[in-house]
Amino acid sequence: MDKENELIRRSDESLADRLFQGSTTFFALLIPILLVTMVVVLGFEAWPAIRRFGLNFLTSSEWNYADEFGALPYIWGTLYSSFLAILLALPVSLGVAIFLAEIAPLAVRTPLSFLVELLAAIPSVVYGLWGIFVLAPLVQRFEAWLGARLGFIPLFAGPPLGLGMLTAGVVLAVMIIPTIASVSRDVLLAVPASQREAALALGATRWEAIKVALSNARSGIIGATILGLGRALGETMAVTMVIGNIRSISLSLFQPAYSMAAVIANEFSEAFDPLHIASLIEVGLLLLLITFILNLLSRLLVRRVAAAGGSGRR
Amino acid sequence: MNRPFLPSTDGGSSPDASYVLSQLAWSGFSVLHYRRRQLVDRLVTLLTGLAVLTAVVPLFSILIYVGVRGLPALNLAFFTQMPKPIGEVGGGMLNAIVGSILLVGLAAIIGLPVGIMAAIYLSEYGRGRLADIIRLFTEVMSGLPSIVVGIFAYALVVRPLHHFSALAGGIALGVLMIPVVTRTTEEMIRMVPQSLREAGLALGLPKWRVIVSIVLPAAVNGIITGAMLSIARVAGETAPLLFTALNNAFFSISLLQPIASLPVQIYTYATTPYPELHRLAWGGAFVLVMMVLITNLLTRFLVRAGYQVDR
Repeated sequence: MDKENELIRRSDESLADRLFQGSTTFFALLIPILLVTMVVVLGFEAWPAIRRFGLNFLTSSEWNYADEFGALPYIWGTLYSSFLAILLALPVSLGVAIFLAEIAPLAVRTPLSFLVELLAAIPSVVYGLWGIFVLAPLVQRFEAWLGARLGFIPLFAGPPLGLGMLTAGVVLAVMIIPTIASVSRDVLLAVPASQREAALALGATRWEAIKVALSNARSGIIGATILGLGRALGETMAVTMVIGNIRSISLSLFQPAYSMAAVIANEFSEAFDPLHIASLIEVGLLLLLITFILNLLSRLLVRRVAAAGGSGRR
Repeated sequence: MNRPFLPSTDGGSSPDASYVLSQLAWSGFSVLHYRRRQLVDRLVTLLTGLAVLTAVVPLFSILIYVGVRGLPALNLAFFTQMPKPIGEVGGGMLNAIVGSILLVGLAAIIGLPVGIMAAIYLSEYGRGRLADIIRLFTEVMSGLPSIVVGIFAYALVVRPLHHFSALAGGIALGVLMIPVVTRTTEEMIRMVPQSLREAGLALGLPKWRVIVSIVLPAAVNGIITGAMLSIARVAGETAPLLFTALNNAFFSISLLQPIASLPVQIYTYATTPYPELHRLAWGGAFVLVMMVLITNLLTRFLVRAGYQVDR
């Protein structure tokens, strides 16, 4: 009798075990399922625009709210502002990563890392607010000064408005520095200490030893940069608030422009025409696919370094 | 026989002149070379320090401006009154504050259980290919633009219901929350020492009991911390609310009506030309930044305390 009870209890336990494992697995599987559903739903909703415009959607600048929708100015603005952001953010982020991983005394590392993480945690609408009221006036003065001297170069042509491509690039750079810096720092820390020690033992200076570590961390740092690029491409509020929201394709840094995320933010809630909505969703779908691929790529690159590092020092 | 770098051995009592010269030149060169390398080393150290300064200056600029402009805007009225019509001084953001609390609560109901359960799977059962893929997708998901998640919630909830609603906004925020909760919780659960699990299993406990009664309680500080961090993160999100929860000039706590929220209100106020509304926007920004600051600081202490218990 007792033995029977024991057996029943055991099989109950193993059933409970399987139930528990099954339910955690179910919730974990929800994540990839959600992602795939997102792509499918957006593709479905954007279908009228995809079918109507085909590849013209990417190359046309016509956006007349009736029967012509082309996303080129938005794509241009997104790519240009993100390129600027990477250009500005990469050297700074690398410096921060090297300082935090290799140079800073241990006592300073934690508080400094905390500050950098805090930069990543500030809501983007606050960045936008700061961009409008603090950064844009500064940029405007800088533009006036630079335009008076180098205005003949197309890059610096146009009136100094403050709200435009340059401000967007700077705000984006500030926002992606923590991403690139903290991932690069982690990658550097995953490079085994023995490599630096070997270089130092051969008489290398600290910087020469760091260069050895950097060359080993290269693919991870590229991954970190791509991650930052993904952030910059998809950033909405801060860009919407400072880029000027004018459809234009210009090389000038001073010119107001538009971005893919900004047009969705500005027009979506007031769009009633089904084709207009589908076009906006197609812009969103493009963003989703681009950032999806970039994120996948960067994570794989970062993982490779972390795996190769094996027993990294922490 | 010409061996410039070795002393001549042909019996002379003084080393020959060419040898001395070449040695001198070589050592001079190597000293210079070493100096140059040291200089480069110093320069790089300086440059990386400057980089940190460059990165931190905007942070302090934001914190100072938010403090200087936001703090004076905060008074009792800010938290207890509705916005006044444009042109009138005073008023507060009561509807936006209540709206934000409701939206974030809704998001937590969706995001926390899914995220925590997924994290349990990843840390306790997750070996092999499937777990790797799920982990990769979680990372990818946490990098997706939040506005895209807004479109997703629009298609899923706003479209079928035919109007903007708090429910749609809460779902958008909840989806955004999932990867954040999953990643932080997984890390926290992993910090629980393996020996605790082994002790439980050795006592004959089934695995699910070990997880529920031993591992999770041991990791509870970390899990709460992760939950707070993700709530703070999601509370500042604006883009996914623009066309899901929309905005509402009036007080509302209905799930099926559009609802105001702090971030959206900051955005709309900041882009108007009225100084009085700018003042309120800075006040709202102060509240958001404080929330982020406090949860991040708290996290540091809680996690540090957790570490000490574990070791």
